Amino acid sequence: MVGIYSPSLSSEWLVPGRNLFLTIHVLGIACFAYIVAKRLVPLVRAESDPRFDRPLTRLGKVFKFWLGQWKHPRYRFAGALHILIFTGFLLLATRAFSVLIVGVSSGFVMPGLSGESGRVYDLITDYAATIVFLCMVVAAFRRLVFKPARYAVPAKYGKSRTGDAVFLLGLIAVLMVADSLFAASSAAGHARQDQPVEALAILSLPWMLKIAIGSMPLATLWVLNITAYLVHEVTFYFLLCYRPFGIQFHVETSLFSIYFSKLERGTLKPVRWDVPDEHLDQVKSFGVKTFEDFTWKHILDFYSCADCGRCADNCPANAVGRPLAPRFLTIKARDYGFHHYPVLGKANNGKPLIGGIYSEDEIWSCTTCGACEEECPLLVEYIDKIVDLRRGMIDDGNVPQSLQKPLKALENRGNPYGKMEKKKADWAKAEEFRQTSKVKTLDGNNSAGTLYFVDSITSYDDRMQSIGRSTSRILGHLGEDFGILGAAEKDSGHEVRRFGEEMLFMALRDHNTNAIKASGVKRIVTSDPHAYNALKHDYKDVPPVEHISQVIARKVRAGSIQFSRVENEDKVYAYHDPCYLGRHNQIYDEPRAVLDAIPGLKRVEMKRSRDRSFCCGGGGLMLFYEPKEEQRMGVLRVRMAAEAGANVIVTACPFCMVNIEDAIKVAGLEGKMSAIDLTELVDQHLIREVCTEKTDELETATCGG
Amino acid sequence: MEILVCVRRVPDTSENEIEVNAAGNDIERNELVYSVNEADNYAVEEALQIRDRVGGNVTVVTVGGEDDEEVLRRELAMGANQAVLVSDEDFNGSDGRGIATILKDFVKKGRYDLILTGVQADDGAAQVGGMLAAMLDYPFASLVNSITVDGGKLKVGREIEGGNREINEIDLPCVLSIQTGINEPRYVGMRGIRQVASVPIPTLGVSNLGVEKDSVGEAAAKVRRVDYFVPALSKGADMLHGSREENAHTVFELVAARGGLK
Repeated sequence: MVGIYSPSLSSEWLVPGRNLFLTIHVLGIACFAYIVAKRLVPLVRAESDPRFDRPLTRLGKVFKFWLGQWKHPRYRFAGALHILIFTGFLLLATRAFSVLIVGVSSGFVMPGLSGESGRVYDLITDYAATIVFLCMVVAAFRRLVFKPARYAVPAKYGKSRTGDAVFLLGLIAVLMVADSLFAASSAAGHARQDQPVEALAILSLPWMLKIAIGSMPLATLWVLNITAYLVHEVTFYFLLCYRPFGIQFHVETSLFSIYFSKLERGTLKPVRWDVPDEHLDQVKSFGVKTFEDFTWKHILDFYSCADCGRCADNCPANAVGRPLAPRFLTIKARDYGFHHYPVLGKANNGKPLIGGIYSEDEIWSCTTCGACEEECPLLVEYIDKIVDLRRGMIDDGNVPQSLQKPLKALENRGNPYGKMEKKKADWAKAEEFRQTSKVKTLDGNNSAGTLYFVDSITSYDDRMQSIGRSTSRILGHLGEDFGILGAAEKDSGHEVRRFGEEMLFMALRDHNTNAIKASGVKRIVTSDPHAYNALKHDYKDVPPVEHISQVIARKVRAGSIQFSRVENEDKVYAYHDPCYLGRHNQIYDEPRAVLDAIPGLKRVEMKRSRDRSFCCGGGGLMLFYEPKEEQRMGVLRVRMAAEAGANVIVTACPFCMVNIEDAIKVAGLEGKMSAIDLTELVDQHLIREVCTEKTDELETATCGG
Repeated sequence: MEILVCVRRVPDTSENEIEVNAAGNDIERNELVYSVNEADNYAVEEALQIRDRVGGNVTVVTVGGEDDEEVLRRELAMGANQAVLVSDEDFNGSDGRGIATILKDFVKKGRYDLILTGVQADDGAAQVGGMLAAMLDYPFASLVNSITVDGGKLKVGREIEGGNREINEIDLPCVLSIQTGINEPRYVGMRGIRQVASVPIPTLGVSNLGVEKDSVGEAAAKVRRVDYFVPALSKGADMLHGSREENAHTVFELVAARGGLK
């Protein structure tokens, strides 16, 4: 008998449909379950990682970053495409399950989707399938014709993945066509048999297919119908089982990756989550040396990476030709995991990663600026992994000579320059400065409510000492009762920790914590974002800390600070967001508010600003590291400022200042471009005495100047 | 291979501001920080690498006082198998020959195939290695910047003035003084040092080594420091004030004139 029935009532090559499809279901699901189980093996063997806390916050993340696709529009076109595909998939999920079940149970209707709601849902999914299909065509076209640069795979990182990507796109397209053809042939067949006809959405793929096949004989429609079903069925399960082998595994894992993502910015994972600091001496090996030394969440990250290339596209190390691209840090680890934990066969593991899939230079190249993490739509973590790999190298004694000297100086002298402790406060002894300002040293004889934590570079670097003096003058002007620790202050250890020397960091932290507590201060202010981040996130039990830009911005808002006018009309200012103030601590608006409070100051934004700020080259120990690179990050950054039409770069970090001032010289822009710290600029424009007569703005400026 | 490395603790010039004391006969030693002498550290790394290639043990030794134990511990953390502190009041004030004598007696107490020293101590005179070899009647090579083990012999590379190198074959046992740059010494962090904190470091003195008291110490020293000063600064750098092209040209001429370009 010829007619359109439910696939479960058909028979193929004398096998009843129901049995055939049931077999495919069972095989498909069993296969998928087996593969996933195999993929879970390294996660079980990995290091612990407590990510089961704060379920509501985590669900919030899922809503924002998974369901809400929050990061995607940062790349407009690709993001829009992804949102369409993602929405389509979500809408089609129920339909896909119904269609699969129809194979074994004729006339099955998903609960809640009978009657009117079902008809509406069918119409929506007709369009969803159509849009997903079109997106596949556009995506494949992009990959094959436009070839966005960020998908390219440099030879050193392996082979191009375009083939795999297009193959997967093709499979999804096949799935959409098969699904639509099944609906179209069912409707066409029912129409021919004078049975109730399913309504198809106008101009959707099923609707067009129905028109195309409407005049075919019933027997052909029947063959088309059952073939479409079979193709849908097989493609569905093939995709399901193929995805765990490549970039599309994120379809399954992204939800978990995002739910378990890191909640605290600016922090670093401890050496071992399950070992408290005081027992670290008993830990045999530090950091990540083999694949299994990663935490389970970090391995999940490897699975979830969609290879979209956004991280590498924003990575400053990658941009200047250093041998690091975050994308391949993940991809290489995933390939390693797949290879060493094969789906068929036994796991073989324990090979060192450094010298295997990673090079030493690759791991030292990262400035921990966080641009990659900021960009990743799947919230893949990089800094913790880099730091863990560095901990492993430090533990093996595998440290470049250029870093050994400053590390030893930090151990001996508490600063990377090897300068004498007693000279730590020399910056405050400059003759001209002393005549107008006095900085107390909180050594037991003096006390104050506020501590100005200066940190090494501002204390010892001739150029950066000016930032220390400006900060002190500002604090003095604001009437803050403040002091410094002087010789008792050691390096905050921020970069020591980020370069993987945890024990040295802990020694510095403990020393400073004791010194801060002994000083009896109630709050801490710093002009160094790295010190700020360390005191805020890496230290425990110290008084609350603020960056100087926050203090000034608060006074600006309260109207208790006035600035003189910018005299030079030709100056155009651009604010460069330091990574550890901006991305890691979300302080974007305060420094800008301060700048905008200076009358007559013309300010432009660089294309890369705020959370897309471009790292200057890195701070702390990164100043000592000799990277393999084609050019300097700072030079790129200075050119970006020039491109924005600025001739003064304002920053709020001494390390940015080092890198940017150097870069101005290297870029040959001396005389055309200059750099100034926010504190220096504010210091220049502070109106110190209140003018009794304010006739015009010019006079105000003169009075203040 | 049984390897002995002689190391010394010195004030690290990169982490101290060296000033002459009021008496003008030594440096101001308050607030100094010390490290293992840089060249000695390269020697230890080389010894560890040889041991890891051909097997054996690495022993580090220093002649000094209690304070010097910290550098021995650092070398233990690097991977040395044992460390010995040679210390005795009678050793105080020894000159280079005195130190070499003490080390000679220490070497004779053990069996070492290879003895390494740093090419010179930051505050030393590059003399102990050579004297030690002579006293032991061992062959000696100085300024060594590569070592290959070849059966019962070594092939050692040496730096020749002007940037050239030579390779020498040398019989074991021998004494070599190691040039910096021969390898990349591994990093030793606080963790490493903490892990060897409880490893015992034996102290040996005159009686343990059988040193003749008359041949060591201040009384036996035949070299004495009579002055110590910071040389007056000579004329500073020449600043070039031309255009970039002119300056490049001048620099080229200056370098070429001094034989820097061939």
